[in-house]
Parts: sequence; structure tokens; C-alpha cells
Amino acid sequence: MVPLIYFIGLSAILFILGVVGVLIRRNAIVAFMSLELMFNAANLLFVSFASYYQSLNGQLFVFFVMIVAAAEVAVGLALMVAIFRSRNSIDIDQEHSLKG
Amino acid sequence: MTIQILVFLILAAIAIGTAVGMLVSRNAIYAVLFLVSNFITVAVLYLLLGAPFISLAQVTVYAGAIMVLFLFVIMLLGGEKLPVAAGWGKQRWAIIGVAVVVLVEAGLLLVLKGDMSLMLIESAMDAGPASIGMTLFTKYALPFELTSVILLSALVGAIVLTKQDKP
Repeated sequence: MVPLIYFIGLSAILFILGVVGVLIRRNAIVAFMSLELMFNAANLLFVSFASYYQSLNGQLFVFFVMIVAAAEVAVGLALMVAIFRSRNSIDIDQEHSLKG
Repeated sequence: MTIQILVFLILAAIAIGTAVGMLVSRNAIYAVLFLVSNFITVAVLYLLLGAPFISLAQVTVYAGAIMVLFLFVIMLLGGEKLPVAAGWGKQRWAIIGVAVVVLVEAGLLLVLKGDMSLMLIESAMDAGPASIGMTLFTKYALPFELTSVILLSALVGAIVLTKQDKP
């Protein structure tokens, strides 16, 4: 079978790509999608170690991560719709007036 | 080189390629489509790891529901017309920091060579929907019930945030 280190390397690369996406993209929705990429890299690592230790607990944790990610996406996209409505833009660099 | 390593390398190349494609595509719609292909590739990797239930949940929840929500919001807001990253601006130091960390990690990996002896074995455990469900409703019953509270609060939050104030 495949060495475990290959999967660790792949998830590290995917996670770093997600971090880079959050840093370089100014479109808030694309930055948000890079966040999903990071969730995905962490999930891949969970499933790899669940397979290595032959345990179901890692797979169930991935299940819970998916639920939290779905809730986070719903609230985040609603926030973006609300911001777009008031400012007519979702450019991250424009959002520096969040003080009440 | 066994067939599994070959399959893994092909899938890894596709996953990294689609992730990079998502970062550099100018149109947000294309970015969503790249991310969907990335999620489906990772779902196939889950199948390789012997996790069929998680793999199909990934396809339905992530590649299906969540990305359709993204597409819907992008088309609703017209977000695809936004400019791609122009100036590096204020994030310059953060980007340089990430680059340094990546280079140091790659160097460490080359020096230490990783532990190649830890092999994933052929999966012998039963990870089908039946055993996942049994574990979920016995050992993880309380967290499972708590997720319903999370989803309910997300539902209420999304409705409150997008509610138009009546004039």
C-alpha cells in the first residue's frame, strides 16, 4: 500500500495552498473557498490516520467537521450577502470599517 | 511501485493542479468548478483509504450542497467580475512568512527523509454505513444531537442576517 508520509505531504501541500489563497485573493468568496480547501486538507489527514490505526473515530470526526463547515458556510455567505447589500462590494480590502 | 501508489500519485497531481487552478483563475465561477473537481478527487482518495461513507458524504455535502450554495451566491451578487489579486499590499509580510515556513518545511522533509516505513495497510475494518451509524448513535450520541443545535443556530443566523428591514 501507500506510505503514510505521502498522504501527510499531500494534505500539507493542500493546506498551504489554502493559506496562500486566503492571503492573495481579494474576492471574499474565493478567500472563503480557500478556507474550505484547508478544511479538506485536515479531513484528508484525519481519514489517513483513521486508516493507519484501523479506527472509526477519525472518520466520525470528519463527519462532524463537515457539519460545522456546512453551518459556517451558511452563516458566512449570509454575512457576505448582507455586506454586499450595504456596501455594493465584497472586496476584502474595502472592509475596514466594521467598528460599530 | 504498486498500483495503489500509481493511483495515489495521479490523484494527488489532479488535486494539487485543481487547487492551483482555483487560486489563479480570474473568474470566480471557474474557481468554484476547480474546487468541485478538487473535492471529487479527494473523495476518490477517501475510497482508496477505505472510507466509503465519508467519500460519498464528501460528494453530496461538499461537492453538491456547499458548492451549489457558493455558485448561487456568486451569481446573485455578480461576484465573478471582481478583480483578481492585484497588489500584494498589506499582506506582503504575511505572504513572505508563509513562503519561509514552506521552504523550511520542505528542507526539513528533504533532510529527515520522512519515515517511509509507516505503510497504510489494506483496510480490514468495516467502515460501511451500518457500522458508522452504530458508532454514531452509541458512542457519539451526544455530539450527534449537539450538531442539530449547531445547524439550527446557523439556520436562524442566516435568516436574521439576510432579512430585509421593512421600511
